[in-house]
Amino acid sequence: MLGGKPLQISARLLGTTTVFDITGDIDLANSPEVRKALLSEIREKKTPKVVMNMSKVRYIDSSGVASLVEGLKASRDAGTRFLLVGLSSAAREVLQLSRLLKIFEVFDTEEAALAS
Amino acid sequence: MSPRDNRRMGSDLLLKVELPSDPSMLCVVRGAMERLTETFGFSASEVRSVTRAVDEALTNIMRHSYGGKLDRRIELSCLRVSKQQRVPSGQGFEVRLVDYGPKIDPAKLRGRKLDEIKPGGLGLHFIRQSMDIVEFKRARGTNVLRLVKYLQPEKREEN
Repeated sequence: MLGGKPLQISARLLGTTTVFDITGDIDLANSPEVRKALLSEIREKKTPKVVMNMSKVRYIDSSGVASLVEGLKASRDAGTRFLLVGLSSAAREVLQLSRLLKIFEVFDTEEAALAS
Repeated sequence: MSPRDNRRMGSDLLLKVELPSDPSMLCVVRGAMERLTETFGFSASEVRSVTRAVDEALTNIMRHSYGGKLDRRIELSCLRVSKQQRVPSGQGFEVRLVDYGPKIDPAKLRGRKLDEIKPGGLGLHFIRQSMDIVEFKRARGTNVLRLVKYLQPEKREEN
């Protein structure tokens, strides 16, 4: 189902890595929350590696994609890493449509992302 | 447009709703669009495409036409359209979105080039990729966006 899932964002600190677990749909109603969480971690805390676990995100719209791009740009500016994990087919489809999939570091599992 | 007008033009009204320009309504509309397009006969990927297009169109209205105000009116109508000779099934799914915001600058409806890596400007691109027809007009002080997706019988077995 595409519709109807409220967004939940939780963060885990694993050494010098922060993992965000995102659950629900990312759309105009809540993409500012995603953006705020990402930019706080990358720009303000300058966390060396930020992993975004999207295995429970079944819908992401253009405003959500824009938030991811902002996170990536901020990490490049800060000299840190921003990784995506567990893209659903719908999320992967949106990133492919926007031709942005190739600019992100994408991993199938959190273990692979943490080991990279 | 009345049901009689719709029938005269070879279309049947499937759904008509009025919603506020509040982003919290987007998930509600996505759920409704998903069910409606499934029932209409689209494949799973087509269901995702049409739902995404409507979601992005509503997002554009909320952000650009109404400037983030939450209490403005948006009308959404879904129709079965027919008599399209170039389409084997002869059937299409049409979505009309009406808002009462200021006239939109046509230059802003082009979207941006995808070779730039920057946030924003992707919504219109998603809409155009998803739908067979994307038409915008200004009528009686309203902005009217018409989106049409045709049924492709050979693709209906896909998931």
